[in-house]
Amino acid sequence: MSKRLIEFRNVSFRYGEEQPWVLKNLSFEIYEDEWVAIIGHNGSGKSTIAKLVNGLLFPQQGEIIIDGQQVNEASIWNIRKEVGMVFQNPDNQFVGATVQDDVAFGMENRGVPREEMMKRIDETLNAVGMQDYRLTEPHRLSGGQKQRVAIASVLAISPKVLILDEATAMLDPSGRQEIMETVSKLQNNQGLSLITITHDLHEVVQADRVIVMNEGEIWDEATPRDIFSKKDELRKIGLDVPFVAILADELNQVGITILQEPLNHEELLEELWTLHSRT
Amino acid sequence: MDITFENVTYIYQPNSPFEHKALDDVSFHIESGSFVAIIGHTGSGKSTLISHLNGLSVPTEGIVSIGDYHLSKEDKPKNMKELRSRVGVVFQYPEHQLFEETVEKDIAFGPANFDVPQDEIKKRIDAIVPAVGLPTSVLERSPFDLSGGQMRRVAIAGVLAVKPDVLVLDEPTAGLDPRGQKEIMEMFYSLHKEQGLTTVLVTHSMEDAVKYADHVIILNKGSKYMEGKPEEVFTQKESLNQVHLDVPEMVRFINSFKERFGEEITFEKQTIKELAQMIKSVVKGAKV
Repeated sequence: MSKRLIEFRNVSFRYGEEQPWVLKNLSFEIYEDEWVAIIGHNGSGKSTIAKLVNGLLFPQQGEIIIDGQQVNEASIWNIRKEVGMVFQNPDNQFVGATVQDDVAFGMENRGVPREEMMKRIDETLNAVGMQDYRLTEPHRLSGGQKQRVAIASVLAISPKVLILDEATAMLDPSGRQEIMETVSKLQNNQGLSLITITHDLHEVVQADRVIVMNEGEIWDEATPRDIFSKKDELRKIGLDVPFVAILADELNQVGITILQEPLNHEELLEELWTLHSRT
Repeated sequence: MDITFENVTYIYQPNSPFEHKALDDVSFHIESGSFVAIIGHTGSGKSTLISHLNGLSVPTEGIVSIGDYHLSKEDKPKNMKELRSRVGVVFQYPEHQLFEETVEKDIAFGPANFDVPQDEIKKRIDAIVPAVGLPTSVLERSPFDLSGGQMRRVAIAGVLAVKPDVLVLDEPTAGLDPRGQKEIMEMFYSLHKEQGLTTVLVTHSMEDAVKYADHVIILNKGSKYMEGKPEEVFTQKESLNQVHLDVPEMVRFINSFKERFGEEITFEKQTIKELAQMIKSVVKGAKV
């Protein structure tokens, strides 16, 4: 497998001395070019992981290593060049008066020369499909468009890891779809590690690997297909099982044997068709 | 209470450069005791529509009737406060409106404003707190020490404590995790049934609309675009796609199934279990 990019070694975290542990002895690794989805109910610790990765918080126990460097006070400025984050609320992450100003902001902070900036604004707005909105004022954009610009602003500083922390939670269904399409395109074209944090199981289908969090611990770590097959357990920890997985289960119950856990409609239809042709 | 919109138009900042027509000649009727879902894209006029239900907005043209209360440009009810005690609105992210020192005081604020006597308020709180799924131990705590989901329940309890006849819900599950979403919707649905409420739900979720609503109104750019029973409206894929809305996932699956197998399965708000049976009869039945 490719190079290890993020490593959590026995990490524990709590927000205060008297507070309960939010993360308990957590260890996992994320590799270059990998897409990992972190899923869990509210309060399972998934957003805390994101804040630890780029040094917004520091763990009380254990260590976090990003691209060979341990995350601490001294290294955070280097690490933040490698880790880009997009948060939940599209209205809270705009600083520029126009879309292109906003994309430029992060690069200005890092002293990128003007010519290089112009080039990257073009590239990143193209990558998220917002090239026609360079001069638009951010408040005129839809929620999904705002989040795409937020992604472009982060990409402009060429991070090695992009973290989307419930970046679709406040969007309507079409906005969600825009973001998921943008993200999977980036994953294919840019050679980027991707961490998507969500409580929506629909959004984990395309990931290479899923980490399921429950009460501060890793509850399971597997491919989306393996995760989907554990329906009853997922429900117990407050997650919603996708329609296609429930239907496959019900079909098995009535005597139609679905051999492979389907991830989407097409896969299930394909299996049904094969069965049908054989009868 | 029956709700009727007759040719309602609403214009923001009329006769100014910022003039904007948010509702355009909208008419519909909601029968007392029904559960109605209002669906539309961002900017379709949903929020403007519901702001008429308790008189926060008054139509620029046309008439809105809620029970015996009538709202029009010429005729605003003198007893607007009474209307607002009968129509409870749960706005988006209602937990942002919490302000009191304790949960109990916060829930009591609404009914106290409508001159409900103290002992009656106490009685209502005792009944509502378990109904919204909160332990009574939270009553003495500050609402700001609670989790997001609990804060939302407190805010909802505050609306319910006024004992409205009509409950208006503006995306009540936004931002909650799946379990929280389901619990809140189940709670509203059982309140709707038990108390014979008229419920108006603004939502993006087709799945919730199918599950709970007996009538659906689709808005597009300020006009009524479609209306009817969920199983009628949600099977019209082309019309919905034209206004950037999608059909519920089960309908999508049934459509692809039909393309593949050439056999029709009717969408009739069936459960997934029932759908599995229907699929079985096609898959196993046809060639045997």
